[in-house]
Amino acid sequence: MNVSGNSPARKLVYWGSHYLMIGAFVVFALFPLYWLLKVSVTPNDILYTEGVRMWPSRTTWENYFFVLTQSNFPHYFLNSVIVAGTTAIVTTMVAAVTGYSFSRFAFRGKMIIVALMLITQMFPLVMLIAPIFKILAPLGLTDSLTGLIIVYTAFNVPFATFLMQSFFDGIPKDLEEAAMIDGNTRFQAFRRIILPLTLPGVAATLGFVFTAAWSELLFALMLVSSESASTFPVGLLSFVSKFSVDFGQMMAAGVLALIPACAFFLLIQRYLVQGLTAGAVKG
Amino acid sequence: MASIEISNAVKSYGAVDVLHGIDLDIQDGEFIVLVGPSGCGKSTLLRMIAGLEDITSGAISIGGTVVNELQPKDRDIAMVFQSYALYPHMSVAENMSYALTLRKTAKEKIADAITNVAEILGLTALLERRPKALSGGQRQRVAMGRAIVRKPQAFLFDEPLSNLDARLREQMRTEIRKLHRRLGATSVYVTHDQIEAMTMADRIVAMHDGIIQQVGSPVEIYDRPANIFVASFIGSPAMNFLKGAYEIAQNDTTGIRLTDGSFVPVLPARGATANQTVTLGARPEHIALVPDGNGGIPARVELIEPMGLSTLVHVSLAGNPVKIFTLDRPDFAVDSFIHIAFDMEKVHVFDTQTELRLPPESEPHMARTA
Amino acid sequence: MDGGKSVTTAMQAGKLPVERRGVISRRLSGILEPYLYVSPALILIIAVMLMPLVLGLSYAFRDIRILNPFSGGFVGTAHFQTLITDDAFLGALVNTAWWTFGSLLFQFTLGLILALLLNRDFLGRRLVQALVFLPWAVPTFLSGLNWAWMFNPVVGPLPHWFTALGLMETPFNILSDPDLAMWGPIVANIWFGIPFFAITLLAALQSIPKELYEAAAIDGATTRQQFISITLPFLAPTIAITLMLRTIWIANFADLIVVMTNGGPADSTQIVASYIFTQAFRRLDFGYASAIAAVLLVLLLAYALGVIALRRAMTHADS
Ligand SMILES: Nc1ncnc2c1ncn2[C@@H]1O[C@H](COP(=O)(O)OP(=O)(O)O)[C@@H](O)[C@H]1O
Ligand SMILES: [Mg+2]
Repeated sequence: MNVSGNSPARKLVYWGSHYLMIGAFVVFALFPLYWLLKVSVTPNDILYTEGVRMWPSRTTWENYFFVLTQSNFPHYFLNSVIVAGTTAIVTTMVAAVTGYSFSRFAFRGKMIIVALMLITQMFPLVMLIAPIFKILAPLGLTDSLTGLIIVYTAFNVPFATFLMQSFFDGIPKDLEEAAMIDGNTRFQAFRRIILPLTLPGVAATLGFVFTAAWSELLFALMLVSSESASTFPVGLLSFVSKFSVDFGQMMAAGVLALIPACAFFLLIQRYLVQGLTAGAVKG
Repeated sequence: MASIEISNAVKSYGAVDVLHGIDLDIQDGEFIVLVGPSGCGKSTLLRMIAGLEDITSGAISIGGTVVNELQPKDRDIAMVFQSYALYPHMSVAENMSYALTLRKTAKEKIADAITNVAEILGLTALLERRPKALSGGQRQRVAMGRAIVRKPQAFLFDEPLSNLDARLREQMRTEIRKLHRRLGATSVYVTHDQIEAMTMADRIVAMHDGIIQQVGSPVEIYDRPANIFVASFIGSPAMNFLKGAYEIAQNDTTGIRLTDGSFVPVLPARGATANQTVTLGARPEHIALVPDGNGGIPARVELIEPMGLSTLVHVSLAGNPVKIFTLDRPDFAVDSFIHIAFDMEKVHVFDTQTELRLPPESEPHMARTA
Repeated sequence: MDGGKSVTTAMQAGKLPVERRGVISRRLSGILEPYLYVSPALILIIAVMLMPLVLGLSYAFRDIRILNPFSGGFVGTAHFQTLITDDAFLGALVNTAWWTFGSLLFQFTLGLILALLLNRDFLGRRLVQALVFLPWAVPTFLSGLNWAWMFNPVVGPLPHWFTALGLMETPFNILSDPDLAMWGPIVANIWFGIPFFAITLLAALQSIPKELYEAAAIDGATTRQQFISITLPFLAPTIAITLMLRTIWIANFADLIVVMTNGGPADSTQIVASYIFTQAFRRLDFGYASAIAAVLLVLLLAYALGVIALRRAMTHADS
């Protein structure tokens, strides 16, 4: 397709403005992250005096060193890995079977279930905190990582389901029929033939849910009270109170916490685009 | 190998009946072709045999066992899909061996089977490739190979050649027939292409609107179609139809009086009564051009269509378009009048109301449908 | 059709009795299978979202204050009566509209432009795409903290840039100016939300068949005409549904405001969702918080139904 016209001058103007705009978006997306990094390596004594400089005159790894060795941060980090990782895996498994049934079966009540899932996306979640606490407390699931995992899984299942469904919709029905004739039950055909073909979809869903669970603050704050079950967003807040707002350390912790979510997201964002076709957007 | 019996099989989606009481016996080793226009229920019937669709009522048995309640995997049948449905993430060899692996067949046996089948189908050089790296014709062969290695009780084909170009389709038609002769496996083959049906079938099952119209050998179906639908669907160029009244003239000659008054003599039709409204059916090759005009019926030339070997002359008779097949090379001017004659022994008389064929009294009685 | 043959096949079928138990179990399992697949999701959603919602709605009619041991009684519609005269709530409603549509307009416009830019093939496209989508992976409260930091004239560059551009006379923190404070969280929200629109719209753009553009180009359509006659109509369904869902999501999204301004100064950035949060977790008045949440839920549902009805009316008018 020839979008830019034929003359070299027009081409130059077209691609020039294209790269200029792309550059603006990249700067807008990355500058705040750069600032976070800058603050985290600025020594405390010049944090305010050199507050608006683009790069401090001296840098230090002290904040990182402190966060990693003197604080509870590694422990929060581990909790977050457990919670976000388990949530991502369980949610993706649940969403895969549900999305598969939405894609392949016509059954009574399907529209109601789909509508229900859509409506859950409108709930003001703050409203659910107290009732969820009430329901989980007698089960011993407050102040526990398991409780958080259950709650996060439920919150993420609707969107993840629509995402997975759109991937299944892209795979011809003939394939599992061939697999059933070759000697599989339907579930085996789903697991052995269809699921391996939707690996990009599985990756996208895993990454999406992991990022969401990794970042969640409100429920982590309200459902968990002990240090031992705190996730890193809660831990990060505790920097504010415990260490009289040591911003350098807090930003260092923030940068460290960004790493897994960003790494995961960088890997899967391509598949997310593939999967978020018109079907998935419903979520 | 096994026979397949279908008795009074019905399929409905909600309130819509797609198949109305299908009865069909398929002999062990037979090559059956289900043919009919798109949407008539061929695939549905095939998929019911495969176990991919539930049977609303009735029974289907394979090799003497009712399979209504068996899962596809327990029916011991193989199927070739129109889209081929090859597993994209497996190599050709893996695609073909998958079913055997699931059945826990010994490794050496699988390897032997694959080598053997790959040789038959000319796939030996392609065994390690993924389906993506194959041409349409090669994919079609892999789909065939996947079915063959299993040595199933029956083969089911759902329009397996419709994604190939004309030449390749012709070639595969012959190959599938040869394979069938070699393997002798019971086969049910679905197509909307009547040429495939004519060239490949031991017996053709002609379907329309979820009802079997006729079952018979290709020649039977072509020469003695049970009704107007079968007569018009089978044969290319298609049969000509002309409405008229059945007449029994003096000295007992029978014929059909067309709407323009011309008279076409026919053999006495069983069950036809004088002045009954009937439809004359005549295949293009059963109408002759009468050069000297002697005894012929006048018709106006509309188009001359050269087809290489033969020529198709389009004329208008009693306001109806009529096609005539000839091996000559006529050079009629358009709009000129010529004379034509119907082959009295070969034309058909249909009851216009019921659309059933009224066979000549001289034709022996016989069961025409399943 | 011939009746004679079917009698014989029926007799043959009769000779082969079907095992009764098998009949029932296959039929039943065939019908149950889809429900089996959706049951884990359904159980989770009912237990963790629907039941709490119902419970939460019941709180709206009760006096539930955590620090008051005598609370818990049924108060009827008292909370709702308080609500209609609560100026803070009414102010929050106006702010919610501001916050939602302000964020949405920029997120959508910039997201669409970004998607169009990324839909071209250019050098380094893969890398650029990965980088510009990154803000979505940043935990919201962390980005809130970071943006608050950047708006601060002592440690952030933004006020100085605004001054240099002539937008401000001297650098000051817009987060402490009641007239401008809302722009702080909105900018942070735009930063965070552009990737969502860019990803969904890019996905929709990539599903448009290339032949359409080629046909249009041959028909003599300019790039702009192609955009109007092909791209926009193809994107329309995606745009409609993402806009609706995002509106609801943003209206419910309090994290950035809670972290950056906590509703202040002087309630100028208080939206309904953050007001609920304040009532529930700072004043610990769960009854009143639930009443507000119920009203918000009803408003959002009404909005969604209104949009759907409007769309249906429009598509009917088209055809
Ligand atoms: N899942 C379904 N629900 C409703 N009707 C269907 C379904 N599948 C097929 N049909 C209908 O059944 C009829 C027969 O379809 P099919 O067997 O695929 O036809 P054929 O293979 O002869 O072209 C068609 O009219 C089709 O619309
Ligand atoms: Mg079909």
